[in-house]
Amino acid sequence: MRDKGRIIIGLVIFLILITFPVWYNVARGKAGYVPQLEKPATVKQCVRDTSFMKAHHMDLLDEWRDRVVRKGEVMDIDMAGKPVEMSLTRTCLGCHHNREAFCNRCHSYMDVSPYCWDCHVDPKETK
Amino acid sequence: MKLFISLLAVLVLIILPLILVANGGDSIRYLFGVIVPYVGIAVFLFGIIYRVLHWARSPVPFRIVTTCGQQRSLPWIKSSKLENPHTIWGVLGRMLLEVLCFRSLFRNTKVELHEGPKLAYGADKWLWAAGLAFHWSLLIIFLRHFKYFAEPVPYFVTVIQNLDGFFQVGLPILYITDIIVVVALTYIFLRRVFVPQVRYISLPADYFALFLLLGITISGIVVRYFFKTDIVGVKELGTGLLSFHPVVPASIGVSFFIHLFLVSCLLMYFPFSKLMHMGGVFLSPTRNLVNNSRAKRHINPWNYPVKVHTYEEYEDEFREVMRAAGLPLEKE
Repeated sequence: MRDKGRIIIGLVIFLILITFPVWYNVARGKAGYVPQLEKPATVKQCVRDTSFMKAHHMDLLDEWRDRVVRKGEVMDIDMAGKPVEMSLTRTCLGCHHNREAFCNRCHSYMDVSPYCWDCHVDPKETK
Repeated sequence: MKLFISLLAVLVLIILPLILVANGGDSIRYLFGVIVPYVGIAVFLFGIIYRVLHWARSPVPFRIVTTCGQQRSLPWIKSSKLENPHTIWGVLGRMLLEVLCFRSLFRNTKVELHEGPKLAYGADKWLWAAGLAFHWSLLIIFLRHFKYFAEPVPYFVTVIQNLDGFFQVGLPILYITDIIVVVALTYIFLRRVFVPQVRYISLPADYFALFLLLGITISGIVVRYFFKTDIVGVKELGTGLLSFHPVVPASIGVSFFIHLFLVSCLLMYFPFSKLMHMGGVFLSPTRNLVNNSRAKRHINPWNYPVKVHTYEEYEDEFREVMRAAGLPLEKE
């Protein structure tokens, strides 16, 4: 009496579980989805370059938060050397008008729920 | 020496992508981003299938009854249903305790020689605690990573990562399991180095697995908290790999390639190493067999008919000679 049958059933269950993302993506049909962001029409240059913002925008916002709230500073220097107000609502949302089409697309893609919006409100957004 | 060979091996695995990806072009990025992970996944899956099917060929003629608890015998003798189960449900309970709570490791004891000389046995739960902390953290971290492969992110992943980042410390939010896994692995490693008996029996493979896992967790922590990279690009790579349309976005940094390469190495190493205890624990005969040897007779199905020559036949064959020699006969 070998336990081959039961072992193979267990092995199949393991393989189904471990390949979960593969068949889940097929079932949901969104495997090739990559978030497309709505870029500001008028302004071409962010306060830092794109590759930095992609990886480190949360660090910049964190730094701005500390400098504004704890040190009482108001202005930062952007990458072009111009002063820029350290404000999520006025500076960031000033260009990226639509939070839904910019911030949230990547955040929901990556399942990140930043608590920026616990306090900050998008003035144009109606609930 | 065994320790340093393993450390050197893992350091090479870290330095290799560090130098090659940092200085190489698109083809090198494709190699480390697509080909090596595919090889890793393929070796992992087929390796596991091969190993488990190989194990499945083993004959299981008898029950291996362990004496952790009273076996069921007479109705008025209380039996230990979980430690010495006589039903399939008892076995299920014992397996769940073993797989989820490391019941056997919980029994771990230490031996100490005191003055006298006096030998003392005591409970030693540290290895059990560290092992449990490490394995559960690893499982949670593994499940959390599904967000890089599944789109839309499954609900259970959201729940797990919200619980893991419950305290909302720092930015990006610190995951508790990131700390636990490193602390537990470090303890398990230091135990190998500082307990003389354990160091004596430690092999390069033991250290290598620990260093590789430490390398993976630390490189993951580095990507998340220190040398951040474009994780949207990372998910593009992840979902692309699993839907067989791989792309390597240019925005992914070297720190991620180190992490990915170490994980690929782990996948390749896994099926052929001690790490296969992941599958092996389910096939432990002392854990997964119903201990019903007293209630049910287990006959080896491969018993072949044995040629026997009984005494009666022997006497028939040599009767005359035996009588001549004056030997006593059962039948005249």
